[in-house]
Amino acid sequence: MIDMQGVYKTYPNGVTALNGIDVRIEQGEFVYVVGPSGAGKSTFIKMIFREEKPTKGTVIVNDYKLHDLKWKKVPYLRRNIGVVYQDFKLLPKMTIFENVAFALEVIEEGPKVIRKRVMEVLDQVGLKNKARFIPDELSGGEQQRVAIARAIVNHPQLVIADEPTGNLDPETSWEIMKILEEINASGTTILMATHSKEIVNTIKKRVIAIEDGIVVRDEHRGEYGYEI
Amino acid sequence: MTVASVGAVTTTLILVGAFLALMLNLNQVAGNIEEDVEIKALVEVTADEAQVDEIRQKIDDIPEVASVDYSSKEEELNGLIESMGEQGETWEMFEQDNPLNDAFVIKTDDPLDTFDVASEIEGFENIQEVNYGEDVVQNLFRFNKYARNIGLALIIGLVFTAIFLISNTIKITIMARSKEIGIMKLVGATNAFIRWPFFIEGLLLGILGSVIPIAVIISGYYYLDANVSQLITFDFVSLMPFNPFAWQLSLIILGIGAVIGVWGSVMSVRKFLKV
Repeated sequence: MIDMQGVYKTYPNGVTALNGIDVRIEQGEFVYVVGPSGAGKSTFIKMIFREEKPTKGTVIVNDYKLHDLKWKKVPYLRRNIGVVYQDFKLLPKMTIFENVAFALEVIEEGPKVIRKRVMEVLDQVGLKNKARFIPDELSGGEQQRVAIARAIVNHPQLVIADEPTGNLDPETSWEIMKILEEINASGTTILMATHSKEIVNTIKKRVIAIEDGIVVRDEHRGEYGYEI
Repeated sequence: MTVASVGAVTTTLILVGAFLALMLNLNQVAGNIEEDVEIKALVEVTADEAQVDEIRQKIDDIPEVASVDYSSKEEELNGLIESMGEQGETWEMFEQDNPLNDAFVIKTDDPLDTFDVASEIEGFENIQEVNYGEDVVQNLFRFNKYARNIGLALIIGLVFTAIFLISNTIKITIMARSKEIGIMKLVGATNAFIRWPFFIEGLLLGILGSVIPIAVIISGYYYLDANVSQLITFDFVSLMPFNPFAWQLSLIILGIGAVIGVWGSVMSVRKFLKV
Protein backbone atom coordinates (compact mmCIF):
# COMPACT_ATOMS: atom_id res chain seq x y z
CA MET A 1 0.00 0.00 0.00
CA ILE A 2 2.72 2.48 1.01
CA ASP A 3 6.31 1.70 0.15
CA MET A 4 9.10 4.24 0.77
CA GLN A 5 12.67 3.37 -0.04
CA GLY A 6 15.63 5.62 0.72
CA VAL A 7 13.58 8.79 0.81
CA TYR A 8 15.41 12.08 1.27
CA LYS A 9 13.88 15.51 1.28
CA THR A 10 15.76 18.77 1.30
CA TYR A 11 13.67 21.91 0.99
CA PRO A 12 14.77 24.72 -1.31
CA ASN A 13 15.79 26.76 1.76
CA GLY A 14 18.37 24.10 2.65
CA VAL A 15 16.52 22.41 5.49
CA THR A 16 16.78 18.64 5.34
CA ALA A 17 13.56 17.11 6.64
CA LEU A 18 13.97 13.47 5.67
CA ASN A 19 17.29 11.68 5.76
CA GLY A 20 16.76 8.25 4.27
CA ILE A 21 13.42 6.75 5.21
CA ASP A 22 12.47 3.12 4.50
CA VAL A 23 8.90 2.24 5.44
CA ARG A 24 6.36 -0.31 4.26
CA ILE A 25 2.74 -0.13 5.32
CA GLU A 26 0.23 -2.79 4.28
CA GLN A 27 -3.41 -2.32 3.37
CA GLY A 28 -5.62 -2.28 6.46
CA GLU A 29 -2.92 -1.30 8.96
CA PHE A 30 -3.37 1.38 11.64
CA VAL A 31 -0.10 3.26 12.12
CA TYR A 32 0.88 6.04 14.52
CA VAL A 33 3.66 8.37 13.47
CA VAL A 34 5.30 9.94 16.51
CA GLY A 35 8.33 12.11 17.16
CA PRO A 36 9.30 15.57 18.37
CA SER A 37 8.15 18.64 16.49
CA GLY A 38 10.32 19.47 13.50
CA ALA A 39 11.63 15.90 13.24
CA GLY A 40 10.12 15.31 9.82
CA LYS A 41 6.68 13.89 10.67
CA SER A 42 4.80 16.40 8.59
CA THR A 43 7.11 16.03 5.61
CA PHE A 44 6.78 12.23 5.90
CA ILE A 45 3.00 12.58 5.73
CA LYS A 46 3.08 15.12 2.91
CA MET A 47 5.13 12.68 0.85
CA ILE A 48 2.26 10.23 0.87
CA PHE A 49 -0.35 12.41 -0.77
CA ARG A 50 2.22 14.14 -2.90
CA GLU A 51 2.08 17.56 -1.30
CA GLU A 52 5.86 17.27 -1.38
CA LYS A 53 8.07 15.38 -3.77
CA PRO A 54 11.14 13.43 -2.55
CA THR A 55 14.54 14.85 -3.42
CA LYS A 56 15.82 11.27 -3.66
CA GLY A 57 14.30 7.82 -3.26
CA THR A 58 11.06 6.14 -4.25
CA VAL A 59 7.57 6.54 -2.83
CA ILE A 60 4.87 4.17 -4.03
CA VAL A 61 1.29 4.62 -2.81
CA ASN A 62 -1.57 2.53 -4.23
CA ASP A 63 0.65 1.57 -7.18
CA TYR A 64 1.25 5.26 -7.99
CA LYS A 65 4.95 6.02 -8.29
CA LEU A 66 4.89 9.38 -6.53
CA HIS A 67 8.55 10.21 -7.12
CA ASP A 68 7.86 10.68 -10.81
CA LEU A 69 4.11 11.19 -10.89
CA LYS A 70 2.97 13.88 -13.31
CA TRP A 71 1.16 16.90 -11.84
CA LYS A 72 -1.85 15.99 -13.91
CA LYS A 73 -2.21 12.62 -12.22
CA VAL A 74 -1.97 13.96 -8.65
CA PRO A 75 -5.74 14.64 -8.32
CA TYR A 76 -6.52 11.02 -9.12
CA LEU A 77 -4.06 9.81 -6.50
CA ARG A 78 -5.71 12.07 -3.92
CA ARG A 79 -9.14 10.69 -4.64
CA ASN A 80 -7.94 7.48 -3.03
CA ILE A 81 -6.59 9.23 0.03
CA GLY A 82 -8.63 11.03 2.68
CA VAL A 83 -6.80 13.68 4.70
CA VAL A 84 -7.79 14.99 8.14
CA TYR A 85 -6.03 17.96 9.72
CA GLN A 86 -5.66 19.30 13.22
CA ASP A 87 -7.45 22.51 12.19
CA PHE A 88 -10.26 20.67 10.35
CA LYS A 89 -10.00 22.78 7.17
CA LEU A 90 -13.73 23.21 6.76
CA LEU A 91 -15.22 25.99 4.66
CA PRO A 92 -16.92 28.34 7.13
CA LYS A 93 -19.67 29.60 4.83
CA MET A 94 -20.89 26.21 3.75
CA THR A 95 -23.17 23.93 5.69
CA ILE A 96 -21.94 20.63 7.05
CA PHE A 97 -23.69 18.85 4.22
CA GLU A 98 -22.06 21.10 1.61
CA ASN A 99 -18.64 20.71 3.19
CA VAL A 100 -18.80 16.95 2.88
CA ALA A 101 -20.49 17.05 -0.53
CA PHE A 102 -17.66 19.26 -1.75
CA ALA A 103 -15.32 16.26 -1.97
CA LEU A 104 -17.78 14.53 -4.29
CA GLU A 105 -18.60 17.61 -6.32
CA VAL A 106 -14.99 18.15 -7.32
CA ILE A 107 -14.87 14.62 -8.70
CA GLU A 108 -18.11 15.45 -10.53
CA GLU A 109 -20.49 12.94 -8.99
CA GLY A 110 -24.20 13.27 -9.77
CA PRO A 111 -26.39 15.12 -7.22
CA LYS A 112 -28.39 12.04 -6.29
CA VAL A 113 -25.32 9.99 -5.54
CA ILE A 114 -23.87 12.89 -3.56
CA ARG A 115 -26.97 13.31 -1.44
CA LYS A 116 -27.21 9.62 -0.58
CA ARG A 117 -23.53 9.14 0.13
CA VAL A 118 -23.13 12.34 2.20
CA MET A 119 -26.05 11.42 4.47
CA GLU A 120 -24.53 7.97 4.82
CA VAL A 121 -21.18 9.21 6.09
CA LEU A 122 -22.76 11.90 8.28
CA ASP A 123 -24.73 9.08 9.87
CA GLN A 124 -21.53 7.11 10.29
CA VAL A 125 -19.89 9.95 12.26
CA GLY A 126 -23.12 10.67 14.14
CA LEU A 127 -23.92 14.08 12.68
CA LYS A 128 -26.88 13.28 10.47
CA ASN A 129 -29.11 15.75 12.35
CA LYS A 130 -26.60 18.60 11.98
CA ALA A 131 -26.32 18.53 8.20
CA ARG A 132 -27.78 22.01 7.84
CA PHE A 133 -25.55 23.66 10.44
CA ILE A 134 -22.46 25.66 9.59
CA PRO A 135 -19.07 24.73 11.10
CA ASP A 136 -19.09 27.60 13.65
CA GLU A 137 -22.25 26.23 15.22
CA LEU A 138 -20.51 22.93 16.00
CA SER A 139 -18.06 21.97 18.72
CA GLY A 140 -14.44 21.16 17.88
CA GLY A 141 -15.03 17.45 18.11
CA GLU A 142 -18.04 17.68 15.84
CA GLN A 143 -16.10 19.74 13.32
CA GLN A 144 -13.38 17.12 13.28
CA ARG A 145 -16.00 14.47 12.66
CA VAL A 146 -17.21 16.48 9.67
CA ALA A 147 -13.63 16.58 8.39
CA ILE A 148 -13.40 12.81 8.82
CA ALA A 149 -16.71 12.38 7.01
CA ARG A 150 -15.34 14.45 4.14
CA ALA A 151 -12.14 12.38 4.11
CA ILE A 152 -13.95 9.07 3.79
CA VAL A 153 -16.88 10.13 1.62
CA ASN A 154 -15.38 8.79 -1.59
CA HIS A 155 -14.27 5.46 -0.13
CA PRO A 156 -10.50 6.03 0.04
CA GLN A 157 -8.19 3.10 0.71
CA LEU A 158 -6.07 5.30 2.95
CA VAL A 159 -6.89 7.98 5.52
CA ILE A 160 -4.10 10.26 6.68
CA ALA A 161 -4.75 12.14 9.91
CA ASP A 162 -2.26 14.84 10.89
CA GLU A 163 -2.74 15.30 14.65
CA PRO A 164 -6.51 14.94 14.42
CA THR A 165 -6.92 15.30 18.18
CA GLY A 166 -4.42 18.11 18.58
CA ASN A 167 -7.09 20.77 19.16
CA LEU A 168 -9.52 18.64 21.11
CA ASP A 169 -10.04 17.88 24.77
CA PRO A 170 -9.29 14.30 25.92
CA GLU A 171 -12.89 13.17 26.03
CA THR A 172 -13.60 14.30 22.49
CA SER A 173 -10.33 12.79 21.36
CA TRP A 174 -11.56 9.35 22.34
CA GLU A 175 -14.69 9.85 20.22
CA ILE A 176 -12.53 10.70 17.23
CA MET A 177 -10.33 7.67 17.87
CA LYS A 178 -13.37 5.46 18.03
CA ILE A 179 -14.50 6.66 14.62
CA LEU A 180 -11.03 6.19 13.16
CA GLU A 181 -10.91 2.65 14.54
CA GLU A 182 -14.28 1.90 12.97
CA ILE A 183 -13.04 3.14 9.62
CA ASN A 184 -9.93 1.01 10.03
CA ALA A 185 -12.08 -2.01 10.89
CA SER A 186 -13.74 -1.76 7.48
CA GLY A 187 -10.35 -2.27 5.83
CA THR A 188 -9.14 1.30 5.33
CA THR A 189 -5.50 1.97 6.13
CA ILE A 190 -5.04 4.72 8.73
CA LEU A 191 -1.88 6.73 9.13
CA MET A 192 -2.02 9.10 12.08
CA ALA A 193 0.57 11.59 13.26
CA THR A 194 0.09 12.38 16.92
CA HIS A 195 1.61 13.87 20.04
CA SER A 196 -0.81 12.11 22.36
CA LYS A 197 1.02 9.68 24.62
CA GLU A 198 -2.23 8.60 26.18
CA ILE A 199 -3.84 7.57 22.91
CA VAL A 200 -0.79 5.72 21.62
CA ASN A 201 -0.28 3.86 24.86
CA THR A 202 -3.95 2.99 25.29
CA ILE A 203 -5.07 2.03 21.78
CA LYS A 204 -2.08 -0.13 20.89
CA LYS A 205 -1.10 -0.06 17.23
CA ARG A 206 2.02 0.01 15.11
CA VAL A 207 4.22 2.97 16.03
CA ILE A 208 6.75 4.60 13.71
CA ALA A 209 8.98 7.11 15.49
CA ILE A 210 10.77 9.70 13.36
CA GLU A 211 13.67 11.77 14.65
CA ASP A 212 16.01 13.98 12.65
CA GLY A 213 14.54 12.71 9.43
CA ILE A 214 15.06 9.00 10.01
CA VAL A 215 12.95 6.18 11.45
CA VAL A 216 14.40 5.47 14.89
CA ARG A 217 11.77 2.95 15.98
CA ASP A 218 9.12 0.86 14.22
CA GLU A 219 7.24 -1.60 16.42
CA HIS A 220 3.87 -3.28 16.40
CA ARG A 221 1.75 -2.53 19.46
CA GLY A 222 4.39 0.04 20.38
CA GLU A 223 4.56 2.71 23.07
CA TYR A 224 4.63 6.48 22.59
CA GLY A 225 8.07 6.55 24.15
CA TYR A 226 8.47 10.29 24.75
CA GLU A 227 7.89 12.31 27.89
CA ILE A 228 5.81 15.34 27.04
CA MET B 1 -9.86 46.69 -8.83
CA THR B 2 -12.57 45.16 -10.98
CA VAL B 3 -13.47 48.63 -12.21
CA ALA B 4 -9.81 49.37 -12.90
CA SER B 5 -9.30 46.27 -14.96
CA VAL B 6 -12.51 46.67 -16.91
CA GLY B 7 -11.48 50.30 -17.46
CA ALA B 8 -8.10 49.18 -18.75
CA VAL B 9 -9.71 46.80 -21.19
CA THR B 10 -12.11 49.54 -22.26
CA THR B 11 -9.35 52.06 -22.92
CA THR B 12 -7.25 49.49 -24.72
CA LEU B 13 -10.08 48.37 -26.92
CA ILE B 14 -11.19 51.90 -27.83
CA LEU B 15 -7.65 52.64 -29.01
CA VAL B 16 -7.34 49.27 -30.72
CA GLY B 17 -10.63 49.93 -32.47
CA ALA B 18 -9.64 53.41 -33.59
CA PHE B 19 -6.29 52.21 -34.88
CA LEU B 20 -7.85 49.26 -36.64
CA ALA B 21 -10.43 51.50 -38.29
CA LEU B 22 -7.76 53.95 -39.40
CA MET B 23 -5.41 51.26 -40.60
CA LEU B 24 -7.96 49.25 -42.50
CA ASN B 25 -9.19 52.39 -44.21
CA LEU B 26 -5.67 53.45 -45.10
CA ASN B 27 -5.04 49.99 -46.44
CA GLN B 28 -8.13 50.22 -48.55
CA VAL B 29 -7.12 53.61 -49.93
CA ALA B 30 -3.62 52.37 -50.60
CA GLY B 31 -5.09 49.32 -52.27
CA ASN B 32 -7.35 51.46 -54.44
CA ILE B 33 -4.48 53.64 -55.48
CA GLU B 34 -2.33 50.63 -56.14
CA GLU B 35 -5.01 49.32 -58.43
CA ASP B 36 -5.11 52.66 -60.19
CA VAL B 37 -1.39 52.98 -60.64
CA GLU B 38 -0.58 53.06 -64.32
CA ILE B 39 2.44 54.06 -66.28
CA LYS B 40 2.05 56.63 -68.96
CA ALA B 41 4.79 56.58 -71.56
CA LEU B 42 4.80 59.60 -73.88
CA VAL B 43 6.01 58.94 -77.41
CA GLU B 44 8.31 61.45 -79.10
CA VAL B 45 6.37 63.66 -81.54
CA THR B 46 8.84 62.78 -84.27
CA ALA B 47 8.16 59.04 -84.13
CA ASP B 48 6.44 57.54 -87.14
CA GLU B 49 3.86 54.76 -87.19
CA ALA B 50 6.36 51.94 -87.60
CA GLN B 51 8.38 53.15 -84.63
CA VAL B 52 5.22 53.38 -82.52
CA ASP B 53 4.40 49.77 -83.40
CA GLU B 54 7.91 48.76 -82.47
CA ILE B 55 7.56 50.40 -79.04
CA ARG B 56 4.26 48.67 -78.45
CA GLN B 57 5.90 45.34 -79.33
CA LYS B 58 8.77 45.94 -76.93
CA ILE B 59 6.47 46.93 -74.07
CA ASP B 60 4.35 43.86 -74.68
CA ASP B 61 7.46 41.72 -74.36
CA ILE B 62 8.17 42.84 -70.78
CA PRO B 63 6.93 39.89 -68.70
CA GLU B 64 5.50 41.94 -65.80
CA VAL B 65 3.22 43.98 -68.06
CA ALA B 66 -0.47 43.15 -67.80
CA SER B 67 -1.94 45.47 -70.44
CA VAL B 68 -0.87 48.10 -72.90
CA ASP B 69 -3.26 50.65 -74.34
CA TYR B 70 -2.39 53.07 -77.05
CA SER B 71 -3.93 56.46 -76.89
CA SER B 72 -3.34 58.94 -79.71
CA LYS B 73 -2.78 62.60 -79.01
CA GLU B 74 -6.34 63.38 -80.10
CA GLU B 75 -7.68 60.91 -77.56
CA GLU B 76 -5.35 62.37 -74.90
CA LEU B 77 -6.68 65.84 -75.58
CA ASN B 78 -10.30 64.69 -75.43
CA GLY B 79 -9.59 62.98 -72.14
CA LEU B 80 -8.01 66.13 -70.79
CA ILE B 81 -10.90 68.31 -71.91
CA GLU B 82 -13.40 65.95 -70.33
CA SER B 83 -11.56 65.77 -67.05
CA MET B 84 -11.41 69.54 -66.78
CA GLY B 85 -15.16 69.95 -67.13
CA GLU B 86 -16.16 73.57 -67.68
CA GLN B 87 -12.65 74.86 -67.87
CA GLY B 88 -11.92 72.24 -70.50
CA GLU B 89 -13.48 74.43 -73.11
CA THR B 90 -10.42 76.66 -73.18
CA TRP B 91 -8.40 73.64 -74.22
CA GLU B 92 -10.59 73.08 -77.24
CA MET B 93 -8.63 75.69 -79.14
CA PHE B 94 -5.73 73.28 -79.17
CA GLU B 95 -7.68 70.87 -81.33
CA GLN B 96 -6.20 72.47 -84.42
CA ASP B 97 -2.64 72.42 -83.15
CA ASN B 98 -2.39 69.61 -80.57
CA PRO B 99 0.65 70.05 -78.27
CA LEU B 100 0.22 66.66 -76.63
CA ASN B 101 2.02 63.41 -77.38
CA ASP B 102 0.75 60.03 -78.37
CA ALA B 103 0.94 57.82 -75.29
CA PHE B 104 0.93 54.25 -74.05
CA VAL B 105 -0.93 53.44 -70.86
CA ILE B 106 0.61 50.41 -69.20
CA LYS B 107 -0.54 48.37 -66.22
CA THR B 108 1.59 45.83 -64.46
CA ASP B 109 0.41 42.56 -62.94
CA ASP B 110 1.82 43.52 -59.54
CA PRO B 111 1.72 47.24 -58.66
CA LEU B 112 5.05 46.82 -56.88
CA ASP B 113 6.73 46.19 -60.26
CA THR B 114 5.65 49.63 -61.46
CA PHE B 115 8.96 51.25 -60.73
CA ASP B 116 11.10 48.65 -62.53
CA VAL B 117 8.86 48.53 -65.57
CA ALA B 118 8.72 52.32 -65.79
CA SER B 119 12.48 52.70 -65.76
CA GLU B 120 12.85 49.96 -68.37
CA ILE B 121 10.43 51.71 -70.69
CA GLU B 122 12.16 54.99 -70.09
CA GLY B 123 15.24 53.50 -71.77
CA PHE B 124 13.42 52.70 -75.04
CA GLU B 125 14.04 54.75 -78.15
CA ASN B 126 11.49 57.38 -79.09
CA ILE B 127 10.09 57.60 -75.57
CA GLN B 128 10.05 61.15 -74.39
CA GLU B 129 8.90 60.72 -70.82
CA VAL B 130 7.45 58.17 -68.39
CA ASN B 131 5.05 59.14 -65.59
CA TYR B 132 3.48 57.06 -62.87
CA GLY B 133 2.81 59.38 -59.94
CA GLU B 134 5.62 57.83 -57.95
CA ASP B 135 5.70 60.40 -55.16
CA VAL B 136 2.08 60.03 -54.18
CA VAL B 137 2.20 56.27 -54.16
CA GLN B 138 5.45 55.96 -52.30
CA ASN B 139 4.55 58.54 -49.69
CA LEU B 140 1.27 56.86 -49.04
CA PHE B 141 2.91 53.45 -48.68
CA ARG B 142 5.50 54.84 -46.32
CA PHE B 143 2.95 56.68 -44.20
CA ASN B 144 0.84 53.60 -44.06
CA LYS B 145 3.77 51.50 -42.91
CA TYR B 146 4.75 53.92 -40.13
CA ALA B 147 1.19 54.29 -38.95
CA ARG B 148 0.86 50.52 -38.84
CA ASN B 149 4.08 49.98 -36.86
CA ILE B 150 3.40 52.71 -34.33
CA GLY B 151 -0.19 51.59 -33.94
CA LEU B 152 0.88 47.99 -33.49
CA ALA B 153 3.46 48.87 -30.83
CA LEU B 154 0.91 50.94 -28.93
CA ILE B 155 -1.72 48.26 -29.14
CA ILE B 156 0.62 45.53 -27.93
CA GLY B 157 1.69 47.68 -24.97
CA LEU B 158 -1.91 48.41 -24.05
CA VAL B 159 -2.99 44.81 -24.43
CA PHE B 160 -0.29 43.69 -22.00
CA THR B 161 -1.24 46.39 -19.50
CA ALA B 162 -4.84 45.23 -19.65
CA ILE B 163 -3.83 41.58 -19.24
CA PHE B 164 -1.69 42.50 -16.26
CA LEU B 165 -4.52 44.41 -14.58
CA ILE B 166 -7.01 41.63 -15.19
CA SER B 167 -4.65 39.02 -13.85
CA ASN B 168 -4.19 41.12 -10.71
CA THR B 169 -7.93 41.47 -10.24
CA ILE B 170 -8.37 37.76 -10.52
CA LYS B 171 -5.46 37.13 -8.21
CA ILE B 172 -7.38 38.98 -5.51
CA THR B 173 -10.42 36.77 -6.04
CA ILE B 174 -8.17 33.74 -5.90
CA MET B 175 -6.51 34.85 -2.67
CA ALA B 176 -9.94 35.26 -1.15
CA ARG B 177 -10.71 31.70 -2.16
CA SER B 178 -7.26 30.22 -1.58
CA LYS B 179 -8.47 28.14 1.36
CA GLU B 180 -11.22 26.71 -0.77
CA ILE B 181 -8.78 25.97 -3.56
CA GLY B 182 -6.46 24.26 -1.10
CA ILE B 183 -9.26 21.99 0.05
CA MET B 184 -10.28 21.33 -3.53
CA LYS B 185 -6.75 20.18 -4.29
CA LEU B 186 -6.78 18.07 -1.15
CA VAL B 187 -9.87 16.15 -2.11
CA GLY B 188 -8.63 15.53 -5.65
CA ALA B 189 -10.07 18.28 -7.85
CA THR B 190 -8.36 18.51 -11.23
CA ASN B 191 -6.79 21.79 -12.26
CA ALA B 192 -9.37 22.21 -14.99
CA PHE B 193 -12.17 21.94 -12.44
CA ILE B 194 -10.59 24.60 -10.25
CA ARG B 195 -9.71 26.83 -13.13
CA TRP B 196 -13.01 27.22 -14.92
CA PRO B 197 -14.75 29.69 -12.57
CA PHE B 198 -11.75 32.01 -12.89
CA PHE B 199 -11.69 31.42 -16.60
CA ILE B 200 -15.32 32.56 -16.75
CA GLU B 201 -14.53 35.57 -14.57
CA GLY B 202 -11.73 36.64 -16.89
CA LEU B 203 -13.90 36.12 -19.91
CA LEU B 204 -16.67 38.24 -18.37
CA LEU B 205 -14.25 41.05 -17.44
CA GLY B 206 -12.96 41.07 -21.01
CA ILE B 207 -16.41 41.07 -22.55
CA LEU B 208 -17.62 43.71 -20.11
CA GLY B 209 -14.64 45.84 -21.09
CA SER B 210 -15.55 45.63 -24.76
CA VAL B 211 -19.10 46.94 -24.40
CA ILE B 212 -18.23 50.66 -24.36
CA PRO B 213 -15.61 50.40 -27.13
CA ILE B 214 -18.10 48.66 -29.38
CA ALA B 215 -20.68 51.38 -28.73
CA VAL B 216 -18.06 54.04 -29.41
CA ILE B 217 -16.93 52.37 -32.61
CA ILE B 218 -20.39 51.80 -34.01
CA SER B 219 -21.66 55.31 -33.26
CA GLY B 220 -18.36 56.99 -34.18
CA TYR B 221 -18.08 55.15 -37.44
CA TYR B 222 -21.70 55.80 -38.22
CA TYR B 223 -21.06 59.52 -37.75
CA LEU B 224 -17.92 59.39 -39.91
CA ASP B 225 -19.65 57.44 -42.60
CA ALA B 226 -22.61 59.81 -42.67
CA ASN B 227 -20.68 63.08 -42.57
CA VAL B 228 -17.13 62.69 -43.67
CA SER B 229 -17.49 60.44 -46.70
CA GLN B 230 -19.37 63.19 -48.52
CA LEU B 231 -16.48 65.57 -48.05
CA ILE B 232 -14.10 63.23 -49.79
CA THR B 233 -14.43 63.77 -53.49
CA PHE B 234 -11.57 61.77 -54.98
CA ASP B 235 -13.03 58.64 -56.39
CA PHE B 236 -10.08 56.52 -55.29
CA VAL B 237 -10.42 57.55 -51.66
CA SER B 238 -13.47 56.14 -49.90
CA LEU B 239 -14.22 54.92 -46.38
CA MET B 240 -15.07 51.29 -45.83
CA PRO B 241 -18.87 51.11 -45.86
CA PHE B 242 -20.49 51.22 -42.40
CA ASN B 243 -22.23 47.94 -43.06
CA PRO B 244 -20.57 45.45 -42.66
CA PHE B 245 -17.28 47.13 -41.65
CA ALA B 246 -18.42 48.51 -38.27
CA TRP B 247 -19.96 45.16 -37.31
CA GLN B 248 -16.87 43.22 -38.30
CA LEU B 249 -14.74 45.63 -36.32
CA SER B 250 -17.00 45.20 -33.28
CA LEU B 251 -16.64 41.44 -33.52
CA ILE B 252 -12.86 41.76 -33.63
CA ILE B 253 -12.95 44.06 -30.58
CA LEU B 254 -15.13 41.60 -28.69
CA GLY B 255 -12.76 38.80 -29.61
CA ILE B 256 -9.70 40.72 -28.43
CA GLY B 257 -11.50 41.63 -25.19
CA ALA B 258 -12.33 37.98 -24.55
CA VAL B 259 -8.77 36.88 -25.27
CA ILE B 260 -7.33 39.54 -22.94
CA GLY B 261 -9.67 38.47 -20.14
CA VAL B 262 -9.04 34.76 -20.52
CA TRP B 263 -5.31 35.22 -20.84
CA GLY B 264 -5.22 37.38 -17.71
CA SER B 265 -7.11 34.80 -15.69
CA VAL B 266 -5.06 31.85 -16.93
CA MET B 267 -1.87 33.72 -16.02
CA SER B 268 -2.92 34.38 -12.45
CA VAL B 269 -4.47 30.98 -11.74
CA ARG B 270 -1.46 29.05 -12.98
CA LYS B 271 0.68 29.95 -9.97
CA PHE B 272 -1.94 28.83 -7.49
CA LEU B 273 -2.46 25.40 -8.96
CA LYS B 274 1.01 24.04 -8.28
CA VAL B 275 0.12 22.75 -4.83
